Amino acid sequence: MLRVTGLTCARGGLPVLSNVSFTVPAGEVLILRGANGIGKTTLLRTLAGLQPSLDGAVEYPEDEGAYASHADGIKAALTVTENLAFWADVHGAANPRSDSNAGLETVLSTFDLSDLRDRTGGTLSAGQKRRLGLARLGVIGRKVLFLDEPTVSLDGFSVKRFADWLRDQHLAHGGCAVIATHIDLGLAAPELDLTPFKAALDAGGGSDEAFL
Amino acid sequence: MIALLRRDLRLAVRAGGGFGLGLAFFLIVVVLVPFGVGPETELLSRIAPGILWVASLLAALLSLDRIFALDFEDGSLVLLATSPLPMEGVALIKATAHWITTGLPLTIAAPVLGFLLSLAPEAYLYLLLSLLLGTPALSMIGTFGAALTVGLRRGGLLLSLLVLPLYVPTLIFGAEAVRRGADGLDPTGALMLLGGITAGTFALLPFATAAVLRINLR
Amino acid sequence: MSIWEYANPTKFMGWTAPVMRAAFWLAALCLAVGLIWGFFFTPDDFRQGSTVKIIYLHVPAALMAINAWIMMLAASLIWVVRRHHVSALAARAAAPVGLVMTLIALFTGGIWGQPMWGTYWAWDPRLTSFLILFLFYLGYIALWEAIEDPDTAADLTSVLCMVGSVFAILSRYAVNFWNQGLHQGASLSLDKEENVADVFWIPLLVCIAGFVLLFIALVLMRTRTEIRARRMRALQARAQRA
Repeated sequence: MLRVTGLTCARGGLPVLSNVSFTVPAGEVLILRGANGIGKTTLLRTLAGLQPSLDGAVEYPEDEGAYASHADGIKAALTVTENLAFWADVHGAANPRSDSNAGLETVLSTFDLSDLRDRTGGTLSAGQKRRLGLARLGVIGRKVLFLDEPTVSLDGFSVKRFADWLRDQHLAHGGCAVIATHIDLGLAAPELDLTPFKAALDAGGGSDEAFL
Repeated sequence: MIALLRRDLRLAVRAGGGFGLGLAFFLIVVVLVPFGVGPETELLSRIAPGILWVASLLAALLSLDRIFALDFEDGSLVLLATSPLPMEGVALIKATAHWITTGLPLTIAAPVLGFLLSLAPEAYLYLLLSLLLGTPALSMIGTFGAALTVGLRRGGLLLSLLVLPLYVPTLIFGAEAVRRGADGLDPTGALMLLGGITAGTFALLPFATAAVLRINLR
Repeated sequence: MSIWEYANPTKFMGWTAPVMRAAFWLAALCLAVGLIWGFFFTPDDFRQGSTVKIIYLHVPAALMAINAWIMMLAASLIWVVRRHHVSALAARAAAPVGLVMTLIALFTGGIWGQPMWGTYWAWDPRLTSFLILFLFYLGYIALWEAIEDPDTAADLTSVLCMVGSVFAILSRYAVNFWNQGLHQGASLSLDKEENVADVFWIPLLVCIAGFVLLFIALVLMRTRTEIRARRMRALQARAQRA
């Protein structure tokens, strides 16, 4: 479902990772490993199409990618339900307020947000916000997820809930995911260590290469 | 796209300040002018079209940096960029939401404030018309400026410096229409040019804004 | 071998060094000849007296103020289309030169205007347009300075330059609409009837040539500085990673 071939990506105009290749079939997760600053976030942003790659190709079905990082895009003045409904609307997923109210309910209970549904985003704790941010992935109906440290500020119980959702809802329905994380999610998933792909110091392709 | 517009309007209403602040600023500027130039009715009546236009321009400017900055900080903008909404559409909606929360209230409030400045009675219709035609251009141009400065920490001042020169044609045609109306001349030409600028900005600037947003999100 | 190869930074540094030197000397020569000729060896105008002689600074500066913006627009387009770094840096280098040209035009205009119209400043369409142009230059330069990443800055300023150009033209017409002014018609045009007399015209042309050469020399010098700064940045970035 996701095929990456010979990808070189840059941060601040300098190549950080070069010649990264992997495939993730439907129903599988790939865990990215590597020390801080190796370029996990850069890779995920490049995969999501937020920044251009220097070289190589990224292939996945068009309009199926979703990106999530530490910034959850939660509006303090909107309630939990409104926040979710907005993202569902934007993604043209079934409107959770009209016909398939059940979909939203399921997502709310999956991420343990049912009791918080009418609280505004501003009153949530960091972990609750994080859960809401992850719940967004449940309502937008995208198949290829690029998740950057999805479990930051989650407690162990919530991590398990998230892993369960990923396995039982997302992967079981033909989705796939690339996740950068430092903890064990409890998923049987292949891991990709990015250390060998670290771009050489003299790697070409940087935006200021012409000046050297 | 409607969802985004609805969300932005709801946020403007809930967070307060969206509707009120620009309007209050408009009122204060208009009230301060007579203190500065003196209370003679004749003088005020002569400069009223210009004051009303400049004040509404400044009031619109005041809320520009909120257009994208909040969405940029909380990550919404990145999520919108990866959503099926085209960035051009996002730019258009943001400008529209800004107009509904600032331009439209300003347009409605302007005649009342025109009364304070003893605007000529013939000019009210043209004041309303020119603001109705011109303020959308202010919002669209401002949205472009806001997109240019979205990644900057202290972008507010720079934003004004970038946007104000771009406001010159709109201001000239807008204030000219009201002045001609007040003098009993025919303001149709100025109004048509004003409408032309608004139509042009809405046709072209969403593309420039979207390009600039993509660059800033890189 | 295409012409674009000369836009490679290393190549650019090579061929611009002699060109820049030549442009400086030629500019100095043209300005010296043009200004001395203009100031001391042309008759006084029968209406304007000797005040007319400021034309030898005013007109070339005004021309270059506009041409600098046009050059920036061209350089921005080349950057957007072909991604030549030197092009973006040249646009950046030209902006302060254009800004100074605009200021010279405004100041000499004021000095000329005082005896002619009895005022240093009037909200005349041409004067106002130049003031607006000045603001455009300020905004453009401020945006360059505000953004840290050089490629992002180049992209954003290019878009600003393009959008700004459209609005600059709009402003020009808007200002005309707003006030028909005092300023005399164009001093130079292809239509021979309107031109200033030949005695003034030839030294004026020499001065214009001098300003063009001076502009080229200054832009080349500033572009070379920008290239060196960029090279330093690139080397530093690599040194930090090592």
